Amino acid sequence: MAQAAEATGAKRRGKAASAPPMTQDQLLQAYRDMLLIRRFEEKAGQLYGMGLIGGFCHLYIGQEAVVVGMQACLEPGDQVITSYRDHGHMLATGMEARGVMAELTGRAGGYSRGKGGSMHMFSREKGFFGGHGIVGAQVSLGTGLAFANWYRESRNVSLTYFGEGASNQGQVFESFNLAALMKLPVIFIIENNKYGMGTSVERASASRDLSKNGAAWGIPGEQVNGMDVMAVKEAGERATAHCREGRGPYLLEMKTYRYRGHSMSDPAKYRTREEVQKMREQSDPIETARKLLLEGGLDEAALKKIDDEVKAVVQEAADFAQSSPEPDEAELWTDVLVEAR
Amino acid sequence: MGVEILMPALSPTMTEGKLARWLKKEGDAVKSGDVIAEIETDKATMEVEAVDEGTLTKIVVPEGTEGVAVNSPIAELDGGGAGGSKGTAPGQDTAMPQQPAPPAAASPEVGEVAKQAEDYGAVAQRGADRKEGAAKMGEAAAAPEKDWGPTKPMTVREALRDAMALEMRADDKVFLMGEEVAQYQGAYKISQGLLDEFGARRVIDTPITEHGFTGMAVGAAFTGLKPIVEFMTFNFSMQAIDQIINSAAKTLYMSGGQLGCPIVFRGPNGAAARVAAQHSQCYASWYAHVPGLKVVAPWSSADAKGLLRAAIRDPNPVIVLENEILYGHTFDCPTADDFIVPIGKAKVERAGKDVTIVAYSIAVTWAMQAAEELAKQGIEAEVINLRSIRPLDAETIAESVRKTNRLVTVEEGWPYANIGTEIAMQVMEAAFDWLDAPPVRVCGKDVPMPYAANLEKLALPTIPEIVDAVKRVTYK
Ligand SMILES: Cc1ncc(C[n+]2csc(CCOP(=O)(O)OP(=O)(O)O)c2C)c(N)n1
Ligand SMILES: [Mg+2]
Repeated sequence: MAQAAEATGAKRRGKAASAPPMTQDQLLQAYRDMLLIRRFEEKAGQLYGMGLIGGFCHLYIGQEAVVVGMQACLEPGDQVITSYRDHGHMLATGMEARGVMAELTGRAGGYSRGKGGSMHMFSREKGFFGGHGIVGAQVSLGTGLAFANWYRESRNVSLTYFGEGASNQGQVFESFNLAALMKLPVIFIIENNKYGMGTSVERASASRDLSKNGAAWGIPGEQVNGMDVMAVKEAGERATAHCREGRGPYLLEMKTYRYRGHSMSDPAKYRTREEVQKMREQSDPIETARKLLLEGGLDEAALKKIDDEVKAVVQEAADFAQSSPEPDEAELWTDVLVEAR
Repeated sequence: MGVEILMPALSPTMTEGKLARWLKKEGDAVKSGDVIAEIETDKATMEVEAVDEGTLTKIVVPEGTEGVAVNSPIAELDGGGAGGSKGTAPGQDTAMPQQPAPPAAASPEVGEVAKQAEDYGAVAQRGADRKEGAAKMGEAAAAPEKDWGPTKPMTVREALRDAMALEMRADDKVFLMGEEVAQYQGAYKISQGLLDEFGARRVIDTPITEHGFTGMAVGAAFTGLKPIVEFMTFNFSMQAIDQIINSAAKTLYMSGGQLGCPIVFRGPNGAAARVAAQHSQCYASWYAHVPGLKVVAPWSSADAKGLLRAAIRDPNPVIVLENEILYGHTFDCPTADDFIVPIGKAKVERAGKDVTIVAYSIAVTWAMQAAEELAKQGIEAEVINLRSIRPLDAETIAESVRKTNRLVTVEEGWPYANIGTEIAMQVMEAAFDWLDAPPVRVCGKDVPMPYAANLEKLALPTIPEIVDAVKRVTYK
């Protein structure tokens, strides 16, 4: 465990080159999934600009490798929960692009029938438990999902995602203690995209290595190159194995980056254009996967075919999101309480 | 075929903006990631990026133009032969803020949807309406209770900033703390310039740790410091509500008067626009319930400046419930150095004899608009702006009711145990014999705030609902 806490996925991959964490087929699937998220988010940005999406809209562009790599480690029945930056997580769990997009436009065809919006969607079927707007709240909730697995004696794990900004909230540390104390099968995934709104991680946290934030409770942690889907998958396999063996929680700090502003209304003046450009050019998770696929023998035509397919899915989602009607006015009054029988 | 670049909506409350600067000129080649223009929204200057390649063929809106409506064409781009997409989703193949949708190419349904989006709210249509009303009211308002002399127009945002700056200049014990208040100049730009003037000792960025930093501020206040704690929005004060109630509000009492807590908790309260259930909630009732707290809710710039100054000077914990939609609204505000609004004093914003409408925060705008509407129908409404929720100026309300004999309350909060409930009860205690009709409450619907534009509209009080309520109590 101690060594694991030190090594990044990338380093390990260098050492154990013989067994890549993903086959060419798996990588192709991951490429497709990441591209779907990228194109979906670009389209959401456009629809926001047109006034078709309102309120807050937080895009996941740049961070795609994190959810796609982790999702590749899951089994049926595992749960996922995250913050308001949730579109990527939903698509990764297999929720349909059209239902997500229609929720963004506030239409009846959306996952929450238009009542939740960008930050609040759920799918029991896909094990996706939201979509939460209050920074840090999902961490205790995700610990609760893990508690339910423990209680039911299942081998399922809870993937509990949160930002590096959220990692400072009190209930995060309370959850660490609870999970460690009760050996709950939860993977705490810190998506360290370097900023919480306009505040860089250095200005928000005195901890310089967030993967060690659970150390006081003996929670093993790793820093992972979150821009590399293979590295994420490799670390995810270790973490899920640990949880499924009943050894308690695991912490992964994903080093990642968001290309866009915090939300659509953030001018992002707290960082330089060069910084963003550099990440895009040198570390883009989709470009990296693309190169690996080509090196692995795939031809451009095959990739182009995927690009076209993904574009079509997103276009169909956007069309649906605009043609689906607004919710019926009677919906205002439904779902406040379950009718007691 | 060329594509139009449309003015993008860049924030939940933006309906128009200023095209501050073009960074490309006609004939320039544009490539993905290039910043093509800068746009000033109600909150910030934003860069508009291109994703696609092409040549900028025409600049439709010259730089420096103010009030450019969202979705109006600002430039044309020669898409380099792209085009030909299905025509359904305008914006296919383009940058997030670019909207190439030659209206002719758009299918009828899309046109309809786009129109609906405009109708329902490209978010703060509601806000825009209110702004007009607010401007008119400046004139219509009844004489201020004390004449503070000259005034000047200023936004609620500036008024709040000025109040903090004035009090910080006057008293080194006053400091501001919260998320993004310093380097970012405030998530809603309320603390603009304060870091520059007062430095990092007195304008403090905190991590996202509401429970912790609220407790810390309360502890500091026990020693006599006077913290102003900004909650990015009051929704996040729920993370800290234990420290506000159990520590800030009760310690004076529990210590037999030894440990006071001179502290201000402020931030935007209530619904903004389309930010859904967890970010749209009114806390007036919550905090007003608690002995040991004072609660104020400014409407105009004068309220904002005067009440915040009073709150900072008050030796008790004071909750200042602001409103995001009002931040950008302009009202006349006294310029006198010593201008202040005492806590606990309501203001008659409009005099009338037929009915008393009591409101606070943004609901005052709605009440004033309804009064305007009612006047056309021959009903003279008196509108009272509460300003303070606790202590409540029951006397001003009762006095009005003794004249009009009818009461309607308007607020954004939920109906159950809301402020209108309290007002109605207090009026019954003070002026039951003068009431000619049961009071009526107009308030937010008894449901969490929905996201969908049409449902959100239904969930909030409307002008027709206020007019109807008045007709009910006046039996018209
Ligand atoms: C309790 C609470 N406080 C403040 C906010 C406002 N807020 C929303 S997102 C955010 C930044 C979060 O940053 P991080 O956790 O790093 O996540 P990221 O946005 O980078 O994905 C803040 C301060 C909130 N939603 N909830
Ligand atoms: Mg972050």
